[in-house]
Amino acid sequence: MAASFGVSSAAAANAVKSPALSPPSLPVIRSEARPISCRVNKSRKAGKITTKAVAAQAENPASAASKPGHEVLLFEALREGLEEEMERDPRVCIFGEDVGHYGGSYKVSKGLADKYGDLRVLDTPIAENSFIGMAVGAAMTGLRPVVEGMNMGFLLLAFNQISDNCGMLHYTSGGQFTIPTVIRGPGGVGRQLGAEHSQRLESYFQSIPGIQMVACSTPYNAKGLMKAAIRSENPVVLFEHVLLYNLKERIPDEEYVVSLEEAEMVRPGEHVTILTYSRMRYHVMQAAKTLVNKGYDPEVIDIRSLKPFDLYTIGNSIKKTHKVLIVEECMRTGGIGASLTAAINENFNDYLDAPIVCLSSQDVPTPYAGTLEEVTVVQPGQIVTAVEQLCR
Amino acid sequence: MAMALTRRNLHLLCPIFSARLLTTASTSPITIETSLPFTAHNIDPPSRSVQTSPQELLSFFRDMALMRRMEIAADSLYKAKLIRGFCHLYDGQEAVAIGMEAAITRKDCIITAYRDHCLFLGRGGTLLEAFAELMGRKDGCSKGKGGSMHFYKKDGGFYGGHGIVGAQIPLGCGLAFAQKYSKDDNVSFMMYGDGAANQGQLFEALNMAALWDLPAILVCENNHYGMGTAEWRAAKSPAYFKRGDYVPGLKVDGMDALAVKQACKFAKEHALKNGPIILEMDTYRYHGHSMSDPGSTYRTRDEISGIRQERDPVERVRKLILAHDIATEKEMKDNEKEVRKEVDEAIAKAKEIPSPDPSELFTNVYVKGLGVEAFGADRKELRAVLP
Repeated sequence: MAASFGVSSAAAANAVKSPALSPPSLPVIRSEARPISCRVNKSRKAGKITTKAVAAQAENPASAASKPGHEVLLFEALREGLEEEMERDPRVCIFGEDVGHYGGSYKVSKGLADKYGDLRVLDTPIAENSFIGMAVGAAMTGLRPVVEGMNMGFLLLAFNQISDNCGMLHYTSGGQFTIPTVIRGPGGVGRQLGAEHSQRLESYFQSIPGIQMVACSTPYNAKGLMKAAIRSENPVVLFEHVLLYNLKERIPDEEYVVSLEEAEMVRPGEHVTILTYSRMRYHVMQAAKTLVNKGYDPEVIDIRSLKPFDLYTIGNSIKKTHKVLIVEECMRTGGIGASLTAAINENFNDYLDAPIVCLSSQDVPTPYAGTLEEVTVVQPGQIVTAVEQLCR
Repeated sequence: MAMALTRRNLHLLCPIFSARLLTTASTSPITIETSLPFTAHNIDPPSRSVQTSPQELLSFFRDMALMRRMEIAADSLYKAKLIRGFCHLYDGQEAVAIGMEAAITRKDCIITAYRDHCLFLGRGGTLLEAFAELMGRKDGCSKGKGGSMHFYKKDGGFYGGHGIVGAQIPLGCGLAFAQKYSKDDNVSFMMYGDGAANQGQLFEALNMAALWDLPAILVCENNHYGMGTAEWRAAKSPAYFKRGDYVPGLKVDGMDALAVKQACKFAKEHALKNGPIILEMDTYRYHGHSMSDPGSTYRTRDEISGIRQERDPVERVRKLILAHDIATEKEMKDNEKEVRKEVDEAIAKAKEIPSPDPSELFTNVYVKGLGVEAFGADRKELRAVLP
């Protein structure tokens, strides 16, 4: 299991190494009878014709006329994932404010209402508590709603429904009802949106038993996580970030689903393990460039799964490097980093050469002023300093 | 409708004397007038004459007596400390559950708050499951992990069983949405109390249901007290059936099972064509809010006994049965004795069921553990194994 796992993650690492993406060097095999990705491609304006991928032996991608896959922005990747799942399963529906006719405040559901109708892509009134409750009720009968919180901060209004009904109904009904909802939306700091619209709420939801939390960071994992979340029988909260919606990446044409509980190896290394997720991944990679120039070799892991933690990947990394730095955008008090620190200390204490360092955003409401907002979150300079101190 | 009742009741009964009475009772229709006319808001009320049959009346009596007996038995079990935590009893309000069941099918959905024992029974739950769940045993309807406030029955269309006041209303809205989505001609009944009628999420859900013409029926079981607060102290307008504004409403005498049946039938037809409707059931609970509330600090004993004498739902049906010569006094008494015996047997059986195994603590938190099958574009499977 360990061996095969190692191979797969390396392949994933190859496929996802950002920013310069190297094409996967593995055979491309057509998997399903219905060419879902082809249908999606047809709706794209600038689509090159992809050959039917029925190849039995390896087609050397270097000899292909152009690079395989297609370029998307992150919000388009989310939309592709949504659309593919809606096509595949008629029970998938979308609820949210302005998701239908307006197309979504970040264009994630643009065009879907025209394609699937007003009942399947439902424009709700501004009543988070009720429409999330409604999504849970619909899920109890077998529908698979994807609910959009226009901003994750608005989900606080629905906290009772998310915690008690979404998370706990499977347990309190003795397993009779499953709640396969996906609750997604943007959060995080970055566009000078002010305190109430720039919240980092992963910490609030992490104690709810029964839900899974994931955070996407690249178009590749955004589409994959969206698909996995919709297919999962458990309620999943998918955290997106306001600043990441316009990230561009080349993703495969073929269908793929990413594992909800798995962390992503962004950059293998030897000296220190840096655990991060969402936007901070990019700050870490920026810091990594500086660190490499200074002679350090950081291993960067995007944990992706915030609940439960992928302690397997993380543990393997710690056993190699013996030093951990956590970089997150969550609040410091009771945040994801705090839980992760506790989990690592409990499980891998023997392998640590130094105490775990956790860099979180400051425990303040996000200020409006640009300069103040910048220092609310962790900056690459701070990451470099932390690694230098850790590796002394 | 009568045939459905027979099937349902045979599920509730064991083959004994009164079962024979029930099956041999005639199904010829009788028309009975409800005790009070309906008061309507923005709609024409249904007629006061209700079609019923001797068999239906007998089944009403039988089921209501069963529910009454179950609640009283739960009272003694609570005092004997076999039921712990919260226990909210429904006695006095049985007519609402019974009348509603008579008007609908098992494909329609019912969702309610925490006063759910009798509704669970009406939806096909057994006494054994109910008592086992109340006592926290492993064969309870929620495997002993839910408790008094979390009874569910998926195949009976009963969606619970919710502890937070008002939270079940948006859920019910979702049930109605799913029914509209799959275009089956069923409706959802969302039940709540006069206390929950002041919750914001009710009005949010009402707005959405009216906006999208969802087949939703909101049923306010107005027992006039929100725990210890009388309705006139909590609501500026205690006319809950009028609170929907653009949504039509009907006020029903909730202690008259036939009136409830008529109203629910009417509401189902309305909801399937025109969208949501509010039903306010004017009912009463004899017990306090829960077992920790004596129920006499905010109301007088005279009030309680007055209602018991004048409006008790079981007595009303008994009088109807005797007045129409459907059964004799002795047969009715025998019926009640059998019901008592049935309840006692169920309790004895439930007491012997063991508590859930400690490993059950972690089951059903997630569905079948974690892990959706993941595959990369190259079809290699990636699945995490957590230590």
